[in-house]
Amino acid sequence: MVITDETIDYVGILAKLELSDEEKEQAKKDMSNMLDYVGKLDELDTDNVEAMSHAFPISNVFREDVVTNGDDRENMLANAPEERNGCYDVPKTFD
Amino acid sequence: MDLMSLTAVELGQKIKNKEVTVKEAVEESLRRIESIEKDVNSFVTVDKEGALKQAEEIQKKIDAGELNGPLAGVPVAIKDNMCTKGLLTTCSSKILGNFVPTYTATAVEKLMEAGAVIIGKTNMDEFAMGSTSETSYFGATKNPWDLDRVPGGSSGGSAAAVASEEVPFALGSDTGGSIRQPASFCGVTGIKPTYGRVSRYGLIAYGSSLDQIGPIAKDVRDCATILEIICQHDDKDSTSYKDAASDFTSALVDDVKGMKIGIPSDYLAEGIDTEVKDAVLAAAKVLEEKGAVVEEFSLGMVDYAIPAYYIIASAEASSNLERFDGVKYGYRTADYTDLHNMYKKTRSEGFGAEVKRRIMLGSFVLSSGYYDAYYVKALKTKALIKKAFDDAFAKYDVILGPVAPTTALKCGESLSDPIKMYLGDIYTVSVNLAGLPGISLPCGYDKNGLPIGLQLLGQTFDEKSILRAAYAYEQSRSYKRSPIAERGL
Repeated sequence: MVITDETIDYVGILAKLELSDEEKEQAKKDMSNMLDYVGKLDELDTDNVEAMSHAFPISNVFREDVVTNGDDRENMLANAPEERNGCYDVPKTFD
Repeated sequence: MDLMSLTAVELGQKIKNKEVTVKEAVEESLRRIESIEKDVNSFVTVDKEGALKQAEEIQKKIDAGELNGPLAGVPVAIKDNMCTKGLLTTCSSKILGNFVPTYTATAVEKLMEAGAVIIGKTNMDEFAMGSTSETSYFGATKNPWDLDRVPGGSSGGSAAAVASEEVPFALGSDTGGSIRQPASFCGVTGIKPTYGRVSRYGLIAYGSSLDQIGPIAKDVRDCATILEIICQHDDKDSTSYKDAASDFTSALVDDVKGMKIGIPSDYLAEGIDTEVKDAVLAAAKVLEEKGAVVEEFSLGMVDYAIPAYYIIASAEASSNLERFDGVKYGYRTADYTDLHNMYKKTRSEGFGAEVKRRIMLGSFVLSSGYYDAYYVKALKTKALIKKAFDDAFAKYDVILGPVAPTTALKCGESLSDPIKMYLGDIYTVSVNLAGLPGISLPCGYDKNGLPIGLQLLGQTFDEKSILRAAYAYEQSRSYKRSPIAERGL
């Protein structure tokens, strides 16, 4: 499968990655090779096979809606790249 | 005495008998780390101060009779993708290079409750994506059997730390072979438990439907003992199995009479080194001589496991790694214009090449227009792979085969051709897709003296059969130390 510039740009938007021109060319090649390789699955007839997300049945696990963890705001904010007035500081999102 | 040459259980016994203090054990581990790290680079972080402090507290509890488990006072290394409160946890990535968790992963907490001393955090492929431990932002880990070779990956640091006798045991994680393959390359023993056995709470996710934490140690008894501590139901992981706990050490009997063992002939066909194949078949012979019924059979679906695995793992990774955006923790780019530009630059600068490659592939296979053709197709393939194993386990108690087609590769050989590197996972990835337990243990050495690994697979939640077969096989041989372990200080 040939990967076009448009496809790589679109994937860059989905993946939130900014690639240099050089990286883009490499990514086109890598992705094309990989998609050709995984295309091997087309050999399999899976028409009557149900997609399996987990290897054995797992159903939703519910619990009472009660808070069990304490307030750890200070320690959590200590990891923030930027912090202001006890909040995460992010660049302006809209004008 | 060479305390780190003991198994974890042996060292724990000596501590219990008051022949050795916890401080002595921890100091010996730290001394060895100091001497060996410049060559092997197993660790991202060594917590010297914290370990000595833990040693003091644990000794008090042992003396007071509050702690009497088999691993009380024994040093342990933790793969750097498991959160440890107050201790740097990087996933060997620049993007988490300064991340200090505010909580501890459940599996690690269970070890701490049992009195194990956390010595530090081990190196790995960035975000566990790789089979060589070379993609770490903090430099590659080297194989203690030959420093020009890779230790395997992604839990290469954990396997190398055990093989070089820096610590008696370590925790790793296995998404497509990341415990079993480095254990094989480093001549030690590792188990990937059944999906759901060990809580994933606090394990930084790569492929959530595949990830599982497990032990790496010198022998089968250590692994079973560690499993008894870390396998427990956890409300904090919704995929945690209700009856996760079990008396695994009761399976350690030297008796495989009547056990039915199948060897997939598809695993021995092409692409496997002759020396690896011979060693694995010789191991099967040992079990046969001990009374097991061994035969070859055709498993099927083998060639489809890697394509299905890389679609599913990359898809899950692209979703799981969305959280690294420079807002709440980790790296943030220095210069940016707006929020989206900040996200993009942070992630582009913070992730390495292999991680980006998988995030992009994952984003693509999940995108509209390709979702059914790739992602759903892979999930259907997964169902077929699971069925192939179910059919096999209707006939056999244990499946026996190699861990990897080769022994440890030379450093720098793998990264230039990703697909070739992925093919090295051919015998391990299907186990994660099917959720099965698998153990890797040494079964010989090639002409260069490098360890060869034997893999034993069991039906879901039947760790005991593989532990029993592995233990019985292990009785036929003795543990061989790596050159770095033997070198002394």
